[in-house]
Amino acid sequence: MTEPTIFELSRPNRKGIRFPAPDVPLSELPKEFLREELPLPEVPENEVIRHFTNISQLNHAVDIGFYPLGSCTMKYNPKINEETSRLPGFSQIHPLQPVKTVQGALGLMHETQRWLAEISGFNTVSLQPAAGAHGELTGVLIIRAYHRSRGDTKRTKMLVPDSAHGTNPASSAMSGMKIIELTSDDRGNIDLDALKAECDDTLAGIMITNPNTLGLFDENIIEACQLVHESGGLVYGDGANMNALLGIYKPAEMGIDVMHFNLHKTFATPHGGGGPGSGPVGVIEELADFLPAPLVVMTSAGDEDNPAFYDLINPEQTIGRVKSFHGHFSIIVRAFTYMLSLGKNGLKDVAIHAVLNANYIQALVKDVYHIPYERTCMHEFVAEGKWEDAPGIRALDISKRLIDFGFHPPTNYFPLIVHEALMIEPTETETKETMDAFVDALLQIANEAKTDPDILHNAPTKAPFGRLDEVKAAKELILKTQLPEDY
Amino acid sequence: MYTSHTQADREAMLKTIGVDKVEDLFQCLPDEGKFPQLALPEGITEMEALDELQYISSVNETPQELISFLGAGAYNHYIPAGVDSILRRSEFYTAYTPYQPEIAQGTLQSIFEYQSLIAALTGMDVANASHYDGATAVAEAVNMAYHNFRGRRKKIVLSPTVHPQYRDTIHTYTKGMDLEIVGENLKPEAGPDELISLIDDQTALVLVQYPDFFGRIYDLTKLSEAAHAEKALLSVHINPIALGLIKPPSEFDADIVTGEGQPLGIPMAFGGPYLGLFATKNQYVRKMSGRLAGETVDTQGQRGYVLTLSTREQHIRREQATSNICTNQGLIALASTVYLSLLGKNGLQELASLNYHKAHYAAERISTVPGFMVNPLQPFFNEFVVHCPLPAAEINKLLMAHDILGGYDLGQDYPDLTHELLVAVTEMNSRSEIDFMVEVLEEETHD
Repeated sequence: MTEPTIFELSRPNRKGIRFPAPDVPLSELPKEFLREELPLPEVPENEVIRHFTNISQLNHAVDIGFYPLGSCTMKYNPKINEETSRLPGFSQIHPLQPVKTVQGALGLMHETQRWLAEISGFNTVSLQPAAGAHGELTGVLIIRAYHRSRGDTKRTKMLVPDSAHGTNPASSAMSGMKIIELTSDDRGNIDLDALKAECDDTLAGIMITNPNTLGLFDENIIEACQLVHESGGLVYGDGANMNALLGIYKPAEMGIDVMHFNLHKTFATPHGGGGPGSGPVGVIEELADFLPAPLVVMTSAGDEDNPAFYDLINPEQTIGRVKSFHGHFSIIVRAFTYMLSLGKNGLKDVAIHAVLNANYIQALVKDVYHIPYERTCMHEFVAEGKWEDAPGIRALDISKRLIDFGFHPPTNYFPLIVHEALMIEPTETETKETMDAFVDALLQIANEAKTDPDILHNAPTKAPFGRLDEVKAAKELILKTQLPEDY
Repeated sequence: MYTSHTQADREAMLKTIGVDKVEDLFQCLPDEGKFPQLALPEGITEMEALDELQYISSVNETPQELISFLGAGAYNHYIPAGVDSILRRSEFYTAYTPYQPEIAQGTLQSIFEYQSLIAALTGMDVANASHYDGATAVAEAVNMAYHNFRGRRKKIVLSPTVHPQYRDTIHTYTKGMDLEIVGENLKPEAGPDELISLIDDQTALVLVQYPDFFGRIYDLTKLSEAAHAEKALLSVHINPIALGLIKPPSEFDADIVTGEGQPLGIPMAFGGPYLGLFATKNQYVRKMSGRLAGETVDTQGQRGYVLTLSTREQHIRREQATSNICTNQGLIALASTVYLSLLGKNGLQELASLNYHKAHYAAERISTVPGFMVNPLQPFFNEFVVHCPLPAAEINKLLMAHDILGGYDLGQDYPDLTHELLVAVTEMNSRSEIDFMVEVLEEETHD
């Protein structure tokens, strides 16, 4: 199965593309700066295409089969969004063109800001951040800037629940915050006593994921937000799990002050093998002035004779730029197409079916797989991948065995508060038959774990590759193609 | 609309769950505010959506309607058809982060090849799987240097001719770090050697762009020696197409190389998504943030790839991690991988030379127009500064009247450079386009 690397396919003087000959007189090259060696491969076009097509077929993907990877919302990516994002009027415009030549793009961004604001209840939305973690950094910097603008410089303490995604503490640390981990109570909610103990005049805020990473709606959310607000702190919402709330509940109504969206989760933009994502940030009115630069605004609403006019501005107390230009525009086009297609009822339908599907699978497996916090779940749930009568079986073994059934495994590495976690998120786009087949596989695997555990230990056997040696990779550290000396 | 359940499915599922209706699944949500009426329109069909989006996109003016000499960090290059043909493979674009390597070798091998190509292009030992864009790659270089000295060195020497938006991004990213950033107030006309006097034993990083924001090429040898004499790191931000022609920063002993990968087969798309190139020396690999794919073997002894050194990353180290980045630019990195594979050694050299010759032809022609001046002694790649007889903003307006996007008005970022226009020329600009712009300049500025 091993496919050569593109370097190994190289033969001297082969070419994959030609450019036209210069139509201008040649200028003298800057001799003292000329490069001598350029060790890039030389491969003809058909071999390049064949190579990448061949390796593509070693992937599992949403378009191939079920992908219930918890917290990642691997829903179907509608094809129309791919078409609209590639329209020349979107894909060929330069980010620094005069605004009057890009009114379509700015108008689309403004509408996207408006839709996201309406869905979430926030006052203003910025489309700048490039990904979820980037949105977190942006949001925490906004919280920091807010406190400092009031001369409240001692507020540097950020509370992060122990169930949080690892990016939460990392984003806060990058912003110069001191992180305090908050425990969860026995129903998987924020522990209000633990929270009260931290509410003082050094509190900058709290980073909350709701529904949390256990897939549970936090029953203490309103009270928790009130406690933080009463002590002068702000509430950051990690919007990773927004798929459960579309048209169901507006996060700003819970008391969240600033939140990022993941367009690549909730709004069906493809995950692209790990990126590019898009992590817009919504804020309450008091924080709108701190949003990153630039922000799209409507400067004139237009009338019968004139269209509306849009411009880019820097908010008055902006935290500054978080990246170049205007955010991941072509991802935003995809998300806008998706929202427009669904409309208000379609959006609500997404959340309802996402929650229905997760509860359906939970109901069918809960007697066999222990659910540490068993409640009605939201769009995902966390089960334990271990049994007393199957010693030596870990969640990872169950995951690897699922591969043999043609399913992508659930998330294993977090939340950290559940040992041997299997975090399962079916999304709204799967059929009942697909989920039934997945449940059958999980039940069969549970049986195998107790009767013939080696099937699990040796899995996968039906994938293009067996388990890979991660220890060897970290020890020998080969991070690029090893070329022969005379390459 | 993208859900599949029939009423019968729903009823069967609700029965399995043990509730009567879907609303019952939301009982633990506060009643107040539940099921809001969104002030949004009803959904539309695919046909209608395409129609709507086609209309919105047609309001924009593209290089098909305009002749463009606008660069300043985003460049109009030809994208070979093979690039998008691979990007449209849904095995790539509908996969996620390769957490399960047995069924993600396509993504992992493509990241590994990306790392290999970027290391080869920059001349560095090792490249990561990418950052969001050039600006955030540069900010991560500062972050890495800061952590390399465990926060004890607080000074960053930053060239005023690093892209202004990248410099802004550095300031935003480092707000919590208590850094002293110096150098930006130097006269922008100054070359890199002017930075040398700012370097001392408190300097963590010296950061320059090559070619710089004004398109100029400089020898960085002296700057590099001065930085290393104080044990500071040198980070060089590159234009990847230029490296088809000019020496890679490794020849100046750079410690970190960053770049904006957009010219490598990625559409301008109003600014994103782009690609943050990041490479370094072997000795700093554990200090580098971002994903890394490494080679290994599977249980059968087959060569394969996994994500490695993840103990540096946020999902393990949480607040101890140097960066919060938890993805790379996946599909965009793949685009540049296919692009560099198609061009290869000869294609990239050919393309870089083509850009060089066209830009120099344009510079020479513009210099012949009375009142316009390009410094004839300054080496540059495919972008150069034109001193204009009128404010650059006005020149742009005059050109726009003839459907020409003139260039970038440097007065926007450098208050003393109101009459300086930054002009980019690529393989997409024909000789007749260049001649036409020169004619317009002659006509419009003629007394």
